[in-house]
Amino acid sequence: MSALGVVFRKELLDSLRERRSLLSALLLAPLFGPILFMLITSYAVNLQIDEAEQPIDVPIINGQGAENLVSHLFRRQIDVDHERFADVDALRRAVRRAEVDVGLVIDRDFGEALARGDPARVWIVADRANNTARPAVSRLRAALNEYGRGIGVQRLALRGVDPSLARPLAVLTDDVSTPSARSVLLLGMMTYFLLFSTLLGGTQVAIDTTAGERERGSLEPLLTLAASRAELVWGKIGVTFLFMAVSLAICIASFAIAVQFLPLAEIGMTASLTPLVCVGIYLVMLPFSVLGAGVMTIVASYTKSFREAQTFTSIAMVAPPLPIILVVLNPVQPSLPLMLVPSLSQHLMVTELVKGQTFDPLHLAVSAVTIAVGVGCGLATVRRYRGEAILV
Amino acid sequence: MIEVEGLTKRFGKVEALRGVSLSAADGRITGLLGPNGAGKSTTLRILCTILKADSGVARIGGVDVGEDPVAVRRTIGVLPHNSNLFGNLSARENIAYYAALQGLDGLALDRAVERIIERLDIGPFANRRAKGFSQGERLRVALARALVHEPATLILDEPTNGLDVMATRDLRDVILERRDDGCCVLFSSHIMQEVAVLCDRIVIVAGGTTVVDGSADEIRVATGCDDLEDAFVAAVASADDASAQADG
Repeated sequence: MSALGVVFRKELLDSLRERRSLLSALLLAPLFGPILFMLITSYAVNLQIDEAEQPIDVPIINGQGAENLVSHLFRRQIDVDHERFADVDALRRAVRRAEVDVGLVIDRDFGEALARGDPARVWIVADRANNTARPAVSRLRAALNEYGRGIGVQRLALRGVDPSLARPLAVLTDDVSTPSARSVLLLGMMTYFLLFSTLLGGTQVAIDTTAGERERGSLEPLLTLAASRAELVWGKIGVTFLFMAVSLAICIASFAIAVQFLPLAEIGMTASLTPLVCVGIYLVMLPFSVLGAGVMTIVASYTKSFREAQTFTSIAMVAPPLPIILVVLNPVQPSLPLMLVPSLSQHLMVTELVKGQTFDPLHLAVSAVTIAVGVGCGLATVRRYRGEAILV
Repeated sequence: MIEVEGLTKRFGKVEALRGVSLSAADGRITGLLGPNGAGKSTTLRILCTILKADSGVARIGGVDVGEDPVAVRRTIGVLPHNSNLFGNLSARENIAYYAALQGLDGLALDRAVERIIERLDIGPFANRRAKGFSQGERLRVALARALVHEPATLILDEPTNGLDVMATRDLRDVILERRDDGCCVLFSSHIMQEVAVLCDRIVIVAGGTTVVDGSADEIRVATGCDDLEDAFVAAVASADDASAQADG
């Protein structure tokens, strides 16, 4: 067996016997992503379902003069509360302090104005800086508009005018997104977690085989042996890669299971994580394991102790998935130059796969840059092991 | 056979070696003696091919360590200062890993591992994981690792540091046995008595240069001291004066 094979076999055996490495690769990393993803997603999905269904409470001032309006709001699941605030100032204070999402103030002159045919005034008391109140505000506004339109239609009809004359435009929306495409926003998060889990799965091994070996004093005698430094380093990186690749596989599988339990269908989304798509995702993401193994090994090889290595690898772990956050916030279409960016290229291709579409094979070829970066880091580590600084 | 001439080595501003010369013959135990920071470890690390000298020549078995380090590594067994085993591997696995990295494989590897396990009495704990080993057990496995490929040269850097009496004794036996097999043994220490008991030849280094090189008797004569420890102190003091003058 070549020295590379000897090192690979030894480091694999060593890591498999290390509970810490095993736990983070096989349990922690692959489950952390899907569980967090499920929590976030089901929260987001429930929020969307809730918005339309749950009744909301709205404090009202001078509500006595607008009984018809109040009963209209009641039919739209908006329960008004006459008692809670005595005057407008108290209501405004409560809204500013976010104790109340939204309030409604009826003009004292409301009844008479309505009877005269003048615009009857109502105020929505809201804090635009309060994001969580936004759905309640828009529901109240929609219900009020609806009430006003209803009266307008009746008035025109009473005067013998066709109410549709007052609506010269009918604006409709034709939503052409497929159900899968709609779920992409949520599943965009998935690639982030996949990349993160991949890195997490092998980082422990990367640390153990480099900084850990150094700290325990096992490195120096090793360097006096006939095996070349390149064989030593590539054997170590190989095991880190294997841990990352296995971690990725488990993570994809647990995602495929997790999405089955998400109420995606209730908001008109389906996620197509069929076995075939999962295999596709795995093959597209695998090059990232090469990068991860290279990056984590070189980072850990520059540290002297386990603790120091943990600090620096955690910093390094944040960087690779950063481009994904950028495109989730500011969506882009897949293009050839973007495939040069590791992690972004994997994200864009996985997104296409999840949408049920295919990507340009040329994109896959260009994304091999990711492998090149990993190999580059490996070569840099070999250089470092050839130098004397590794012993100091 | 180890031959060293005029080795110098600098780490940044620190001049670790200012011209160390020594020779160690086959079938002899050579002790490298000196106070802490004298340059013992640096000299041995250059001989082990893990550091490169700035100037000077170091040859083991006639091969220049700077020119063909891989060839040198095949012929040496090394026990570095503060070295450790792989805790998750058994004694046998630790030894076999080193044997494989020295190029042994198949039946030859198995035989070599068995032979050294038997010779160093590792049998009773050969299949236990190294994590819980006692000092003596750890030392014996570390020695077995260094000796499994039957090197012609054995280099030990402060091997007795932190060892208890029993472990020191075991080590001494192994060193003597290797010498009798014709091995060239070079080991460093800062303990005079240890070197005096074991070594056929003593090299005293201080301040990065060789101060005295000879047998215990020759050193006594050279320094004019009857007691070897006094001789050591005198030699080191003269070296310090010399280096102070050189710096001044």
